[in-house]
Amino acid sequence: MSIIETKKLTKYYGKSRGVIELDLNVDEGEFFGFIGPNGAGKSTTIRTLLGLIYPTSGEAEIFGKDIVSQKTEILSDIGYIPSEATFYNGMKVRDIISLSAKMRKTDCSDEAKKLCDRLALDTGKRVDELSLGNRKKVSIVCALQHKPKLCILDEPTSGLDPLMQKEFFDILKERHNDGATIFLSSHVLFEIQKNCSRAAIIKEGRLIALDSVENLSKTSAKRVTLHGVNVVPENLSAKSVEADAESVSFLYNGDIKRLLETANSLPIYDMTITEPDLDEIFMHYYEKGGESK
Amino acid sequence: MTVYIKEMKQSAKALIIWTCSIAFMTLICIFMFPEMKNEMDSVSSIFANMGGFTAAFGMDKLSFGELMGFYGIECGNILGLGGGFFAALAGISVLANEEKERTAEFLLTHPISRFSVITQKLLSVVTQVIIMNIFVVAVSLISAAAIGEEFQMKEFILLHTAYLLMQLEISCVCFGISAFIKRGSIGIGLGLALAFYFMNIVCNISDKAEFLKYITPYAYSEASNIIYESKLETDLIVIGAVFSLAGILIAYLKYTKKDIAS
Repeated sequence: MSIIETKKLTKYYGKSRGVIELDLNVDEGEFFGFIGPNGAGKSTTIRTLLGLIYPTSGEAEIFGKDIVSQKTEILSDIGYIPSEATFYNGMKVRDIISLSAKMRKTDCSDEAKKLCDRLALDTGKRVDELSLGNRKKVSIVCALQHKPKLCILDEPTSGLDPLMQKEFFDILKERHNDGATIFLSSHVLFEIQKNCSRAAIIKEGRLIALDSVENLSKTSAKRVTLHGVNVVPENLSAKSVEADAESVSFLYNGDIKRLLETANSLPIYDMTITEPDLDEIFMHYYEKGGESK
Repeated sequence: MTVYIKEMKQSAKALIIWTCSIAFMTLICIFMFPEMKNEMDSVSSIFANMGGFTAAFGMDKLSFGELMGFYGIECGNILGLGGGFFAALAGISVLANEEKERTAEFLLTHPISRFSVITQKLLSVVTQVIIMNIFVVAVSLISAAAIGEEFQMKEFILLHTAYLLMQLEISCVCFGISAFIKRGSIGIGLGLALAFYFMNIVCNISDKAEFLKYITPYAYSEASNIIYESKLETDLIVIGAVFSLAGILIAYLKYTKKDIAS
């Protein structure tokens, strides 16, 4: 069953682009990654799904319910961690957490306490005195204390130290094992590769790939390293070239026979062909057809 | 009612400060009255000779020598202007502040409809304005008793009813505007309240500007008319109610469809 499904979802802010004809689906129980650089439309997509902004055209459903007309019902089963959380000045951490629970008409003080302990969050502090990382922790507690069926996370780890990032992903994995669906938007590809089963890549408002992380990593592009030469052979189309005195490394997306034949004719003494990591895939998708190199 | 309670808690400080300031100034004025009464002759002649200024503040129709007349003019300026400012601030900031302080995202990603958020916020503004007025009325009554004077009860009630309606109208109109603005708001609210206030003064001075009385709520809360005629100008109040309802309706229409700024 699809937890999130968008059909040609489009959002323009006046004339400026948000997202264009986005077709996205996330299945129940998935740990889904949403990848793209700043300004690609990740936050726009999330904010549209959450009903903060309204789609220009197209439609979207969460839990099989319409995001515009059944927004309130949808939101009661969602936990959302924004990329930059701000709370009401003057309120204490514990007040914010209990306000959030009250707005959900639930009492989840036990779960809140557990989360605060695990994240080492001091609930007696005022929210306006908190650092970015600590504000993030407040968001995490508010988003997870009611055990939502769907967690939507917009760059959730920014500001958290590595220990807290680990603790946070441990919590997420536990929730995922309990059946929750996780939608993780990030530009930290390592996080996606490590945690997600499927991922979508968004570029300039359009979805350019949607597949399992495994398959995305297995595109025809390979990372080729030749030792013995330090320039890319002329007849091969290469991307993200790195060269030093005795070797050259590049992404190759062409015919593999041609690569081997070319290599055969070169004075090389060693050669490796590996799967590129997600970072490189990402660059690959972004350079394809783009102006940037 | 969670949002309502949150709003009331957040506004508590401002409400207490404004209420106490206005009540305190009213109290001081009332305690000045016995002094004024003794020098009534000279005071009245001074005010009578100020020409347009006298009319502008309605002092041509009221006597400074009677508590009700004195109270109408003094209170008209303190509660009229102060209360108007407070109502404007409460109304203009209540919706816009969520985006200005970047808390809208937190609030609106909870399972509460925008309709309910608007309703609870509107109720909190109305409650604040009512609390402020009740407190000021109580302080006035106690102060009057303390100096051994009595208000003309009917006029007193009419006057305060008019002030309350005037403040509610200002807050409702500001509430409507609040749905549109994303950043900074206080200036617009205070500006609007001040504009209404001066419209009434201009209207009192010049016959050519009489049409202004259909716009500004200060026209139907003019102490001199209410106390002199001993009744409210219902037609102006009905127009005011239409403005108020329009402000509320616009707030609902706009805010339920608004793209919330990040």
